[in-house]
Amino acid sequence: MQRHLISAADLTRDDAVLILDTAEEMARVADRPIKKLPTLRGRTVVNLFFEDSTRTRISFEAAEKRLSADVINFTAKGSSVSKGESLKDTAQTLEAMGVDAVVIRHGASGAPYRLATSGWIDAAVINAGDGTHQHPTQALLDAFTMRRRLVGRDAGIGQDLSGKRITIVGDVLHSRVARSNVDLLHTLGAEVTLVAPPTLVPVGVESWPCEISYDLDSTLSKSDAVMMLRVQRERMNAAFFPTEREYSRRYGLDGDRMAKMPEHAIVMHPGPMVRGMEITAEVADSGRCTVVEQVANGVSIRMAVLYLLLGGNEPAVTHTRPPVSHHHPSNERSAHTISADEEK
Amino acid sequence: MSKILIRGAKVLGGEPQDVLIDGQTIAQVGVGLSADGAEVVEADGKVLLPGLVDLHTHLREPGREDSETVLTGTRAAASGGYTAVFAMANTFPVADTAGVVEQVYRLGQEHGYCDVQPIGAVTVGLEGTKLAELGAMHESAAGVTVFSDDGKCVDDAVIMRRALEYVKAFGGVVAQHAQEPRLTEGAQMNEGVVSAELGLGGWPAVAEESIIARDVLLAEHVGSRVHICHLSTAGSVEIVRWAKSRGIDVTAEVTPHHLLLTDELVRTYNPVYKVNPPLRTERDVMALREALADGTIDIVATDHAPHPHEDKDCEWAAAAMGMVGLETALSVVQQTMVETGLLDWAGVADRMSFKPARIGQAQGHGRPVSAGEPASLTLVDTAYRGAVDPAGFASRSRNTPYEGRELPGRVTHTWLRGKATLVDGKLA
Ligand SMILES: [Zn+2]
Repeated sequence: MQRHLISAADLTRDDAVLILDTAEEMARVADRPIKKLPTLRGRTVVNLFFEDSTRTRISFEAAEKRLSADVINFTAKGSSVSKGESLKDTAQTLEAMGVDAVVIRHGASGAPYRLATSGWIDAAVINAGDGTHQHPTQALLDAFTMRRRLVGRDAGIGQDLSGKRITIVGDVLHSRVARSNVDLLHTLGAEVTLVAPPTLVPVGVESWPCEISYDLDSTLSKSDAVMMLRVQRERMNAAFFPTEREYSRRYGLDGDRMAKMPEHAIVMHPGPMVRGMEITAEVADSGRCTVVEQVANGVSIRMAVLYLLLGGNEPAVTHTRPPVSHHHPSNERSAHTISADEEK
Repeated sequence: MSKILIRGAKVLGGEPQDVLIDGQTIAQVGVGLSADGAEVVEADGKVLLPGLVDLHTHLREPGREDSETVLTGTRAAASGGYTAVFAMANTFPVADTAGVVEQVYRLGQEHGYCDVQPIGAVTVGLEGTKLAELGAMHESAAGVTVFSDDGKCVDDAVIMRRALEYVKAFGGVVAQHAQEPRLTEGAQMNEGVVSAELGLGGWPAVAEESIIARDVLLAEHVGSRVHICHLSTAGSVEIVRWAKSRGIDVTAEVTPHHLLLTDELVRTYNPVYKVNPPLRTERDVMALREALADGTIDIVATDHAPHPHEDKDCEWAAAAMGMVGLETALSVVQQTMVETGLLDWAGVADRMSFKPARIGQAQGHGRPVSAGEPASLTLVDTAYRGAVDPAGFASRSRNTPYEGRELPGRVTHTWLRGKATLVDGKLA
């Protein structure tokens, strides 16, 4: 493992599988009466958020607290790009406080990379989303969700996603989630297809390790998972597509379209979902939609990442062999994951 | 100031000769000239060029003296072998009146390191809506002949047409920063494979090319002369080549950094590589080199853009655009054009002195190295190899993309009308 987690592209297959396996162990902590490990006791982790994201911040915070870290939340809203030195100044303040890790969310692509490589700071840097660049822990939790659902919770240990076919639909151009997922899923052996109107696909995408399609219907029957991205209504005014209705007709996922997917296939969404535009309520509420699991899995993944970056070499959890389960069919929606409400 | 004998210099890269300076002019060029009464500069094997002329420099004074001043900028110019620089108009206040251009011109004369020829803004405040007093700037003591809103594009086709027509009255030229503004909203780097991966806003080649195409057609239509600043794409080269073949009066410049660096460097997210127009691809770089060699691109201009440390020591999106270039330009040209066999030193003199002086009508610059000409000269140790160390820069700002990079060649002496401004690599 590297010292920082900036981009999903930096992870090798073995790194990624190790994180997913570690996250399975972390998920088991949630089954315990005391949902806490002493692993990061005495360590300080800062959640440095230049951009609003309550969901992501709470997820990291829950992970940090379960590992017994001291947590500082630092919100620097609105000061990111307008003032040149703000990132550096803030970083050096944190450095002076003896911070061990910085979880950073920033509106500017590359800000976490700058933070990790400019010599401003010694702490480990974890990218919690930068501009339209990367959101690696999101990709990891998505991969974790897919492995549980498509391979199996226990059967998945040590496994990657070889041969799985993943379709990512929507605003690829502005999506750090799409970028991170393409990188990680490719590393894990999956075949990825991006589906979007041509206006929402970046120029230069031809170098990405995936297929591009402008036609959703033709990809559905070949998909093991369909990930719907959030499409902002503002994009319509910037002429990325003509009308909301036309977008929904061509790229929205409704019940009819879901019916074209193989029976085992799942529907994913990084959230928050805007029902109606990219996904209908019928799909969002169906048992095939993994949005709530994704939220829960996010905590396990972030625990695993923090543990592996900061925790050293000891095993994350003692007595960790998974009990061989006889009542866990691989596609069963896990009863053991943490629900979003428990976080707060 | 009296006599100086430069002994054994390869004049424009040719056979070694002696050059005798007497006062402000070159008295004699020949073999075995007498050193009698002259201070001797042993040039043994170094290349002697006419003083370099930069058609595109940002001196930042008035308004951003923390980045650069006329004094520090002209000292940087002398260090790089320049004897004349054209100062861009995007200062605070903007150089859009006779008063501002005269001030900049006079500061250059007072300091004496390098002639400063101000460029006047095309439109008031660079706002692109109302023509600045082009005639008054031309008639001022500064004698402005080049007009540019550089930093911004004159994107309104009617304003551009009028400016091109208007400057015909006094033989002026409009230098266009070709950047279609709508196509480059939020642009952070070249649009392509790397921008797609990095998630940085794309600056597409077509935003440059479409303006160049429009402007050469406008120049043809009104029978005027247009100069294209910092050409950066292979497509732009093709358009200029086509325009020239059609007889359109267009000239074009390329910066040293566009001859050497590519957008792959942006992967470091180091804002020292953030520049406008952005670093392009390897294919573009090769096309630019070839176009400079075959004359499609007329000149090298630095686009020397000094910024203080804090404007670059931040995240990419927040950083200022631009690089300093006066002190490294000749080295980059030596590496990319001479050592690749694309240009000889006479070609370098043409692209970095003769032609820029002609385009900008810089009196007394870009002259042949021969008897009776002004003694504005540059002596280059072409065998030198060394890593670039910004700590030694004369420029007030250090935002160079070449820190630690080994570049060939070093200017050892510069003379401005017989007066040494640089001696043995040290400012006089
Ligand atoms: Zn410019």
